[in-house]
Amino acid sequence: MTTAPHTQPAPAPAWEGFRGEAWRDAIDVRDFIQHNYTPYEGDAGFLTGPTERTTEVWRRITDRFPEERAKGVYDVAHDIPSTITAHAPGWIDRERELIVGLQTDAPLKRAIMPNGGWRMVAGALRTYGYPVDPQLEKTFTEYRKTHNAGVFDAYTPDIRAARRAGVITGLPDSYGRGRIIGDYRRVALYGVDRLINAKLAEKAELDAAPRDPARLEETIREREELAEQIRALGELKEMASAYGYDLSGPARTGREAVQWLYFAYLAAVKEQNGAAMSLGRTSTFLDVYLQRDLDAGLLTEQQAQELIDDFVVKLRIVRFLRTPEYDELFSGDPTWVTESIGGMGTDGRTLVTRTSFRYLQTLYNLGPAPEPNMTVFWSPRLPRGFKEFCAQVSIDTSSVQYESDELMRPRFGDDTAIACCVSAMEVGKQMQFFGARVNLAKTLLYAINGGRDEKSGEQVGPATAPVGGDVLDHEEVLARFDEQLDWLAETYVHALNVIHYMHDRYAYERLEMALHDRDVRRTMACGIAGLAVAADSLAAIEYAKVTPVRDATGLVTDYLVQGDHPTYGNNDDRVDAIAVRLVEDFMGKVRKHPTYRGAEHTQSVLTITSNVVYGRKTGNTPDGRRAGEPFSPGANPMNGRDRHGYVASALSVAKLPYEHAEDGISLTNTVAPDALGRTAAERITNLVGVLDGYVACHGFHMNVNVLNRDTLVDAMAHPEKYPQLTIRVSGYAVNFVRLTREQQLDVIGRTFHDAL
Amino acid sequence: MAEPTPADRAATRRPVTGTLHSWDLSTGVDGPGTRFVAFLAGCPLRCLYCHNPDTRHMRDGQPSSADGIVQEAAKYTAFIRASGGGATVSGGEPLLQPELTGELLHRFKHELGLHTALDTSGFLGARATDALLADTDLVLLDIKSWDNALHRHLTGQELAPTLEFARRLAGLGTEVWVRFVLVPGLTDAAGNIEGVAAFTASLGNVTRVDVLPFHRLGAAKWRALGLDFPLADTPVPTPGRTAEARAVFEAHGLHAV
Repeated sequence: MTTAPHTQPAPAPAWEGFRGEAWRDAIDVRDFIQHNYTPYEGDAGFLTGPTERTTEVWRRITDRFPEERAKGVYDVAHDIPSTITAHAPGWIDRERELIVGLQTDAPLKRAIMPNGGWRMVAGALRTYGYPVDPQLEKTFTEYRKTHNAGVFDAYTPDIRAARRAGVITGLPDSYGRGRIIGDYRRVALYGVDRLINAKLAEKAELDAAPRDPARLEETIREREELAEQIRALGELKEMASAYGYDLSGPARTGREAVQWLYFAYLAAVKEQNGAAMSLGRTSTFLDVYLQRDLDAGLLTEQQAQELIDDFVVKLRIVRFLRTPEYDELFSGDPTWVTESIGGMGTDGRTLVTRTSFRYLQTLYNLGPAPEPNMTVFWSPRLPRGFKEFCAQVSIDTSSVQYESDELMRPRFGDDTAIACCVSAMEVGKQMQFFGARVNLAKTLLYAINGGRDEKSGEQVGPATAPVGGDVLDHEEVLARFDEQLDWLAETYVHALNVIHYMHDRYAYERLEMALHDRDVRRTMACGIAGLAVAADSLAAIEYAKVTPVRDATGLVTDYLVQGDHPTYGNNDDRVDAIAVRLVEDFMGKVRKHPTYRGAEHTQSVLTITSNVVYGRKTGNTPDGRRAGEPFSPGANPMNGRDRHGYVASALSVAKLPYEHAEDGISLTNTVAPDALGRTAAERITNLVGVLDGYVACHGFHMNVNVLNRDTLVDAMAHPEKYPQLTIRVSGYAVNFVRLTREQQLDVIGRTFHDAL
Repeated sequence: MAEPTPADRAATRRPVTGTLHSWDLSTGVDGPGTRFVAFLAGCPLRCLYCHNPDTRHMRDGQPSSADGIVQEAAKYTAFIRASGGGATVSGGEPLLQPELTGELLHRFKHELGLHTALDTSGFLGARATDALLADTDLVLLDIKSWDNALHRHLTGQELAPTLEFARRLAGLGTEVWVRFVLVPGLTDAAGNIEGVAAFTASLGNVTRVDVLPFHRLGAAKWRALGLDFPLADTPVPTPGRTAEARAVFEAHGLHAV
């Protein structure tokens, strides 16, 4: 890791009272936190409610939501391609705001970011009734190539066919890849000038002409990237100065620390329309500053909470202009401003601080909301008071997700954050090449049909011998499946290499990468969907009798299942082992293929809301699922097939090996309040117990919804009554009323674990 | 001679079997925490408000061995140890199959090291041996009524065996949670609630009283069995009535939820 020598000392007042040395000499936010934070072992009793100021600022935003929901977008800055400095400053309520800065010159007004692809921008503008500027169109089609154009220049016929058929779907080839977390804390701790100097030093190290031919291209690329990063840092200062702030030096107060950090994040979301624009792990960092001001009597608890509330208001209104096709995959307008909270340090102290509580408190002070995507790093060793507060917030708002600190810390260290939903990465030192996912269930159908698509009849996969006979033979299906998976893994990694080569080239994340070390660890984040369908189908073929139904062309289009077979989601090893094997096998196949920039291969078992689209693109499956029926989300068992309660269901999921799915394994649980206990106190204790138990059994991620089915049904009928009803889906949360009707029905149809 | 290990004892034990309706993992409804719950098939009562009429007959269950059930429960010991909770034998009426019930409680407690609960109406309490009760950390005891005539109307059976069982548990010092279902027009008369509360308070071993508001969620199961749900037109109690009923128990120094 690069540790550029510092060239100018920070002004004394900014760092006054701070301890530790290493972080002063090199960019090292973790070292700063470790030397200066105050673990908090108490309960939520110290928290304060919203002030009149907070409520008023938030009201000015919520007043605009009905219009935004009705039109799809509130407004679009349709004629200015966004850059860090392109838009004039904007405010919600200039007199009242404590933390300032908007993506464009007005709240909820979306920017266009054509570097990802012009067609998506033009399509979105037409969808929402905005003019498409012919001059811009000329610029981004004739003079300036986009990421999307580059990708399609280099895609192979094989990739195109797989993509068209939906066996590989959701690829970031027409939208920003996201899932890169800038270490926005660096701006607050060091100020921009110091960061520029560090980048200059990193660049200078690459001045010598490389002797190794293998390093030649990479060295030139890195020098260009560093130049762009330095430029972006300059633009960050310029943008902040338009709001009247000078970011040259470090933040000197709690309020400045929040503001500096937010400006850094804001620059990222002005420049990039990434699928997930996550925030990192900021609460305990900011706590150092807030605590210093509290100790000095410069701030009251009420004022500290106000700063966090105001910051969170800003995070809640991050918006991107996207197309309806995109919304279908990732519905509810998510931005994945994921904030990672809590966890334990490697030294055994908890990383929970009072500000960890303050972040969660915003869900009361401003009401429930999907963003920022509140993500608690859970360990059975977390302080009791924090655990109970988390459980209470989950029960009251269904807005929190949990990920196992015990699985992440040993692999990624204790300064890890989640990008998007379940992707862990060490902040500022690691990034990923987001790779969406492949459809395992559909690939199984290809195995049975010799690589032909079960819907179109087209030859998409390799032409292997179709599975013959009246009854599907387990061994034969497995052998054919293996061949199709080999092809799938190769085609998939090839597609991802093309995508990320082009994204680096045409839509490089200048500002986000400026807030990373130069020599980052990169992962190639593959993913799988349809795991439960594939596992149950293979179990049906193995344990029951499955008779294929062929059409006139010999294509198998349906299956008759006779007899019982075990299903995934009941903690039954006979079928859970099939799911485990699928995860391991596909990871093994992916690892065989070289990756762009030597990225390490990983995969996730996650679908976001694309489980609906994947289902629509997949024919009848041997588990009895009908064509078009949605898949279960993420690693969840199929709806209604988990018959022994959510713990049994969760323990099936917990068997999936994290070492072969280090990009995360997602589980969404929806329970009625009564299914957690009879009294409020009991529900809190029991939910804490469930989370402790799941993590102890090596479960990775759990979305917790505590809702009654009737509430959701009523919200479908009367959306105006539920503007802030939030529900967690695979890896993120959405405003329920902003889901499509199809997705609302899918959410309601999913197993609700009632108490009966 | 060396003390026999649990494995030795298991190896010489005659396999115990019975009929099981289903098993489940539940949280906060079948005793404290998250629990493995074995629902045994068959029940001698015919409660008007029964929400699991599909568990009434032993023939409705699957022939199952204690070995198989314990093996299933064993998959959850790590989870339950971390989460807090235990294992519950429920039904139906588990004491209709006292041998299987006793075996399960014994092995849940001694082989798996779990907190054990027995969920019973108490009507067949006489069938519970002292050994069975020694393996039971908590009894979830339904006292459905204080008035015998009402009890007969509600359940088709006598009240006395339940009360006798409750006194026996008090004598043994076994922890008990009493459950009382509040049914408007049936169990909610002031005298009835007062009677149950006074009796419960007299026992000294009851650490909690669950006042359960009647609900009609079991109606679908009655329909599926081709039966008429007798309380289809009975209203659910208002939150206010439920709170009042709890207050009656509280007034006797009981912890009612």
